[in-house]
Amino acid sequence: MLRVIIFAPLIGAIILGLFGKKMSERLIAAIACSSIAVSAIAAFAAFLELVGKSPDPDGIRRVTDTLFTWISVGTFRADFAFMMDPLSGVMILFVTGVGLLIHIFATAYMSGEDSYYRFFTYLNLFMFMMIVLVLGDNFLMMFVGWEGVGLCSYLLIGYYFLRDYAGDAAKKAFIVNRIGDFGFALGVMLIFYHFSSISFIDKPGIASVFTQAANKPVEALSTSALFAGGLTTIGILLFIGACGKSAQIPLFVWLPDAMAGPTPVSALIHAATMVTAGVYMIVRSNVLFSKAPMALTIVAIVGALTAFFAATIGISQWNIKKVLAYSTVSQLGYMFLACGAGAFAPAFFHVVTHAFFKALLFLGSGSVIHAMHHDEDMRNMGGLSKYLKITFFTMGAGTLAIAGFPLLSGFFSKDEILWKVRSSTVLPGSLGTVLWLLGMVTAAITAIYMTRMMVITFFGEERFRNKKHDDHAHGHGADNQGHDDHHGADNHGHGATPHESPLAMTLPLIILAILSIVGGFVGVPEGLAEKFVPHSLQGITHSFYAFLAPVITNPVIPGNGGEAIAADHSAELVSTILSSIVALVAIGIGYAVFKGKPMLQMPSVLENKYYIDEIYDAVIVNPLKFISTYGLWKFFDVVVIDGTINGLAKLVTLIGVGFRQLQPGITRLYAAFIFGGAIFAIGWFFLTIIRR
Amino acid sequence: MNAFKPYILNALVFLPLLGTIIMLMYDQIVGKNEESLRRIALFFSTLTFIASLPLIWWTGDPALSVNVPWVENLGINYHLEVDGLSLWLVLLTTMLMPIAILSGWTSVHDKVREYLAFMLVLETGMIGVFLAMDMILFYLFWEVMLVPMYFLIGVWGGERRIYAAIKFVLYTMVGSLLMLVAIIALYLLHGDAQVGGKATFDIVTITKNLADSNFLSFNQQYWMFLAFGLAFAIKVPLFPFHTWLPDAHVEAPTAGSVILAGVLLKMGTYGFMRFNLPMFPEAAHHFAVPIMVLAVIGIIYGALVAMVQPDMKKLIAYSSVSHLGFVMLGMFAFTDMGMQGSLYQMLNHGVSSGALFLVVGIIYERRHTRQISEFGGLATPMPVFSTLFLIIAFSSIGLPLLNGFVGEFLILIGTFNSTYSRAFAAFATTGVILSAVYMLWMVQRVVFGEITSEKNRNLPDLNLREKFVLVPLVILIIFMGVYPSFFLNRTAEQVKQIRTVVEKNKPSNPVADNLK
Repeated sequence: MLRVIIFAPLIGAIILGLFGKKMSERLIAAIACSSIAVSAIAAFAAFLELVGKSPDPDGIRRVTDTLFTWISVGTFRADFAFMMDPLSGVMILFVTGVGLLIHIFATAYMSGEDSYYRFFTYLNLFMFMMIVLVLGDNFLMMFVGWEGVGLCSYLLIGYYFLRDYAGDAAKKAFIVNRIGDFGFALGVMLIFYHFSSISFIDKPGIASVFTQAANKPVEALSTSALFAGGLTTIGILLFIGACGKSAQIPLFVWLPDAMAGPTPVSALIHAATMVTAGVYMIVRSNVLFSKAPMALTIVAIVGALTAFFAATIGISQWNIKKVLAYSTVSQLGYMFLACGAGAFAPAFFHVVTHAFFKALLFLGSGSVIHAMHHDEDMRNMGGLSKYLKITFFTMGAGTLAIAGFPLLSGFFSKDEILWKVRSSTVLPGSLGTVLWLLGMVTAAITAIYMTRMMVITFFGEERFRNKKHDDHAHGHGADNQGHDDHHGADNHGHGATPHESPLAMTLPLIILAILSIVGGFVGVPEGLAEKFVPHSLQGITHSFYAFLAPVITNPVIPGNGGEAIAADHSAELVSTILSSIVALVAIGIGYAVFKGKPMLQMPSVLENKYYIDEIYDAVIVNPLKFISTYGLWKFFDVVVIDGTINGLAKLVTLIGVGFRQLQPGITRLYAAFIFGGAIFAIGWFFLTIIRR
Repeated sequence: MNAFKPYILNALVFLPLLGTIIMLMYDQIVGKNEESLRRIALFFSTLTFIASLPLIWWTGDPALSVNVPWVENLGINYHLEVDGLSLWLVLLTTMLMPIAILSGWTSVHDKVREYLAFMLVLETGMIGVFLAMDMILFYLFWEVMLVPMYFLIGVWGGERRIYAAIKFVLYTMVGSLLMLVAIIALYLLHGDAQVGGKATFDIVTITKNLADSNFLSFNQQYWMFLAFGLAFAIKVPLFPFHTWLPDAHVEAPTAGSVILAGVLLKMGTYGFMRFNLPMFPEAAHHFAVPIMVLAVIGIIYGALVAMVQPDMKKLIAYSSVSHLGFVMLGMFAFTDMGMQGSLYQMLNHGVSSGALFLVVGIIYERRHTRQISEFGGLATPMPVFSTLFLIIAFSSIGLPLLNGFVGEFLILIGTFNSTYSRAFAAFATTGVILSAVYMLWMVQRVVFGEITSEKNRNLPDLNLREKFVLVPLVILIIFMGVYPSFFLNRTAEQVKQIRTVVEKNKPSNPVADNLK
């Protein structure tokens, strides 16, 4: 069953890759979408099978599918096998579902592109890799998908390969991800070293990584545990991998540049699915992390800082996709913050709700960009709400959801995260409270920058009639990506009245908007549910957490006081009310400030992303190039090694030349040599005799 | 089918030679017709490839073995055998040769007959090296191979071809002379020990006797390991013996580079596995840490220098230094995973870097330059070429489901689980990052972006011949990545034997224990 989910997109990709060039757009779209549709239906069927199944001995329901043994050497074994449990089940449902919607959107959005088939080949291939990542039944299969989605991300960011910034962004994405993969790979090696297994599930003869890890003691909360080579080290290494894929400090720099790819790609890969793989991996490994409080602490701190800093950058950007990109980085930070606080289930719930509203926002921005003839600069927009009604309302729903407007999906997931951080039973001392505060501030900034984006785009003066920022030069070259006319000749001319997008684009927006609005009701925090939800409905409002419960541990590190707060449901209510107020006030501030001054200039340090790219270039990239060229190649290779060897050769020649002087062809000289030699030999002979 | 078995190894060695002879006579019969000469060479190399295919299923069958006395007084035999260690390397050789000949179909017009004759002699030499089970025979083939390679570089090479050719031969000769000394010493010591009856150069016998009861003192092992090891280390090439490689690669014609990278370098790593590990296991433990250090330096150093090369061939040459570092690292981890990975990585490197040199050859034929800066935007005029180039580059980077990943991962996890320091694996893993840097950078500057030079605007895409050259390798790249068991299962037994011998002779207190 599972193999249908996995291979349908691959077959689509192969067909399109080999024969797509000669097909019509309509046929390409049909193949691309139907392969994902098959996958989504199969995923749904498998999910139903999963729900109806009786649990394995360890209490977890699973559907498995083993194809063959991929690598088996010595004691190492990795199967080419797949596994659906509640965690991967939920993930696969929204991956295929959102994936299908975005495919449909893209059929219209990409219409008219020169290499339409190439786009859908890559997109289908991406879906294959993403599904492998989610369903893989061991760390190595996960790694296959992990690198595979990285490849597709590379190909799709570089889709407009004629432009240098696209190629640069693609390469940067892949290489930065590779740095993360370095950690992931080492983590897997260390896992194998400890457990002689890399499997997620028990196999005959060998217990799974998690079964074995569950029996290990909790490691100490100390910096020395980081380097001890135990579970804490594993956790940190895996987290380095997650930092790459999910764009956390210090590896987040690739994601904003990745917006060089077509907008549906940004929605699918760089918002809804691939970038959440890091969170998925950590939630998958929650048993390991539960034993490693120091790793959790670092995850939480990095997550909170990323959330905060990315949000501050997001407030200063003019490119509509960049705002959303930094927003994604920031929201991913929330998810890691939750993981680090030991709240794995809320983290994963935020993955799901975020997939809905961020995919919606990106597709909405795509609809706007479509109407703006591929201009992404918000300074050239304004007043669009009356022309793009569906886009406006759906994006509005997404904005409210991400801002944490009460009762929308983002409200429930973010609120639960903040509360779990506040009442964390894992984070040491008052760290939980500090990070909770940072999270609150970030929530406020989030609401502000999202409102800013909506206001600048949809309200106020219709600036697109009189473009000023046709070739602005802020930050990097990648900022200039908005001004290409890859849709052929632009026969509307700039400044014409924008049109709402076709149904293939608005329908996905509407569906995602509905999901963004109601999606949160399956995961209402317990504290709220107890007070406000009728008992008969609590089955539904708690269904997400109940379903995931068997695969999630709730780590408790004794002695940090979190339990006391956690038990206090009235404190939870206060936190909820507080975050609602923060969201509403921040939306109000955002509206008030930017309605009046949409062009308000932000501090340049923010607009230039704290100069992180420049710092990396100056500190790492350029020195490395310099050392490699002049230190290693032109000095060590050419001067030292070759110099030594050629020098030796010259020395031999010189010695030859020297010895030649001894053979001048003069007989008397030779006689003198013979005489001298004889004297020497006889003298030596005498000496030895005398000594005796 | 069984009737063929006793002849097949001889056929593999002599079929290419037969082709050479026919070509040399052909001239007198028909006259000089380049096209027919090429067809003859292609025919014989393809025939050799077909003849080698049954080995996949027959390896280990004693009926294959050829063993006849050659110089009986001295215990020299004409002994050919194929086992798990040599099987895939033989197939790699027989497969790459027709491809290499096909790759030079339209680019070599000067002295075609001699060129093709040297190629086929080279093939005989290489297959002989992998099949020889007698040390004198091994040495003979090892040296035979030098001659055609010397001429291929020196006659059909680039501007500095003479310098490169001489450098190549001198480097190799220095190593192989010491190896000859060690071969004779081993022969005499084995004779003195009287374990196997009479004195012999037979590799199988000596290896077996050594495994049963090691008659070499540690000191003897020490020096013989060094003598053999230097010859092989130069060939690999292990840092810091690598500087002949970039020169030889850059100057050699495409077919020469393909064979050089694809097969010749593997003779060094093969030599380590055939001789150094099973014959001098105590010394192998003694040298494991220094060699691993050099391997790791080579991985990082090669990658860093590759990163800044302006010449595509030089870039690939330095990337070979990096990749072969992985092979050495895995081998000296002395774990099943590391050693199997090492063997697998030899094949991967043969396929991937061979394919990369073909890629460079294809655009060199069109533009007569290898400077990366001369290209850019090739994806527009040459889409098929660009796609294949990208897949090959990713195979070299080690993307999962392509061949390079399996080898690299096994090597790293094998090294990580070795008794020696885990730090080696950690440092080596940085090479994985760097390989992405230099490969993608090259790909991007050559393939993507706007067309920077007008000369590239109308370059023709791959023709049928070039597709025949690249597509099989790309299919192999994918197959080896998806279903490595097909290959690994056939090498497992042999590797395990060597590992057991090495493990058994582990000194009670190796230097490495302190490092851990």
